[in-house]
Amino acid sequence: MANGNGRTSLKERIKETNEKLWSSQVVESILRPGSPFKQGYSDSPRNRSYVVMNNVLYHLHPVKVKRHGVRLSYTLCLGGLSFFLFILLTITGIFLMFYYTPTAEIAYADMEALSTNVAFGSLVRNMHRWGAHLMVLSVFLHMSRVFYHGAYKPPREFNWVVGVILLFLTLFLSFSGYLLPWDQLALWAVTVGSNMAGFSPVIGDQVKFALLAGVEVSGSTLLRFYVLHVLFFPFVLVVFLAVHFWRVRKDGGISGPL
Amino acid sequence: MVEIPEDLLRRSAEAKAKALGVPVEQVLAEMKGEGPPVEPPKIEAPVEASDKPEPKEMVVEAAEAVATGDVETITKPATPEPGDEPESIEPDVTEEEEPFEAPAAAVIPDEDAAAAEAEEPAAAVATMGEEETVPVAPSNGGGGNGKVAGLVSPRPSVPPAGLPEGVRTQRLLTVVKARAIQNVKAEPSDKVNTWPHLMLMEFGALLAITGLLVIMSVVIHSPLLEPANFNATPNPSKAPWYFLGLQELLSYFDPQVAGVMVPLFIGLIGFMMIPYVDKNPSTRPTDRKFAIMLYSIFLAGSATLTIIGVLFRGQGFNFSYPWRDGVFFDDLKDWVNFE
Ligand code: HEM
Repeated sequence: MANGNGRTSLKERIKETNEKLWSSQVVESILRPGSPFKQGYSDSPRNRSYVVMNNVLYHLHPVKVKRHGVRLSYTLCLGGLSFFLFILLTITGIFLMFYYTPTAEIAYADMEALSTNVAFGSLVRNMHRWGAHLMVLSVFLHMSRVFYHGAYKPPREFNWVVGVILLFLTLFLSFSGYLLPWDQLALWAVTVGSNMAGFSPVIGDQVKFALLAGVEVSGSTLLRFYVLHVLFFPFVLVVFLAVHFWRVRKDGGISGPL
Repeated sequence: MVEIPEDLLRRSAEAKAKALGVPVEQVLAEMKGEGPPVEPPKIEAPVEASDKPEPKEMVVEAAEAVATGDVETITKPATPEPGDEPESIEPDVTEEEEPFEAPAAAVIPDEDAAAAEAEEPAAAVATMGEEETVPVAPSNGGGGNGKVAGLVSPRPSVPPAGLPEGVRTQRLLTVVKARAIQNVKAEPSDKVNTWPHLMLMEFGALLAITGLLVIMSVVIHSPLLEPANFNATPNPSKAPWYFLGLQELLSYFDPQVAGVMVPLFIGLIGFMMIPYVDKNPSTRPTDRKFAIMLYSIFLAGSATLTIIGVLFRGQGFNFSYPWRDGVFFDDLKDWVNFE
């Protein structure tokens, strides 16, 4: 298209490039056919479905959900909040890992440096710590709301079992993180906690030994708790979360209405 | 009784007509109870092997097998003895109006059995034995009344005469209700689109919790006490708050009970068993007074123990009043100003 002097205007060129870009093979391959990102979103029942269907979200959510399940007053969003907190904890946790060394000599100094030398270090540490407490609380409340709704009844029995495992994993995750600052609070709280495990009948000493990587809390315990905290428990938790979410859908979506 | 769809009836009639060498219409009329019993043009029944059950016996066996499930069957020998026919066919087979969803016909091709028979007559018996179980198997489930009508026509002990080489005959064994492993029946329910209704809600919740967490983290600082020191045991030493209830129990009970039995058998195993122990199918609060009471006791109990552990335990984990002796809970040290 010419604009008088036989040249394409900048505006037209941008428009052309834009169109080329959006129909390029790369973009084609990224967006699913029918993706509202490609087609432009206008509010219609069809597009509402496409938002979910042409999206990785489809692994989590069906296109439609029961009307009463959307009401805040039913789930109080507690399961969702537990999940969001877990995500926030993962993000802040990755940040903290850059500045932390899991050895008895350096750990404490790293914690001090975090709150003085690192930009937002103190804020992120606080978020990680309070987020962990909140997650324990919200998982517990979520369990209570599920109980009061009788939402563990058939066909959801197994998802309740998965939930109990999630609760314990959440507690272990929180507890294993408690030792990492390597201050007096951490050391003695974990000592108290692992002493309890030592009271197990018959295999008490072995359980305690495996937990602490020794007969008492030491540098080896720190490394052990660190690996459990940043790798093992999150990994297992994610596996069970996947099962949990999958079963919520397969068991017919959210329970109720009462 | 459930109405057998016309096309299935027709398929079955065609197969039979082919096997007997008679017109389809005649068989169809007979199946619907409108026509006289069909007789094959010539019956050849040289039953040589004495251990081979007679067709009639097999009908009985099949019927017995079926009776143990909740499938209603119409049994009908394929090599009919005149006179047997009229009673064994339900005359009202097409009259019932019950809705019948997606029937699936178990049609067993005779090909293999016939081939085996040609080589070794005794093999036929085994094949028959297997087939008898067919009508029973898929009878339960599928909801509804689970009753399904079927036609069981045991194969004649000898291949029907006059059948050209290689012709494949089929018989309708039974009509079973389709049962999928997924619940494909969409029950009408009040639904809304996930986008925007649920997802906006979730987004709002995500923002809210992030906001809350940021504000909390700006206001309250995490504790960092003196470096870990194995020689200086703090007094008191407290577990994290979510284990303080247990630590509290430890001061009443034997450590084996409070530290191991309670978390393991009540906490883990007991909680996992709840759905299998609570057999009450209702979710209405008014029907679940006992369950709700138990859980509320559990909630109140653990809250009380935790609060006592956090606020009311001082030096030596002895009882103390927070307003008199202060709070001994380092987790909140930088939040609650103790002195
Ligand atoms: C990491 C911890 C957990 C996360 C992230 C989580 C997440 C979720 C989510 C997002 C839902 C959807 C409905 C809702 O938000 O309420 C849900 C439902 C459910 N959760 Fe959890 N959950 C966790 C722990 C638990 C625990 C501890 C239990 C019980 C012991 C449990 C049992 C259930 C059951 C039975 C449902 C189905 C509820 C219904 O259909 O109404 N979950 N969970």
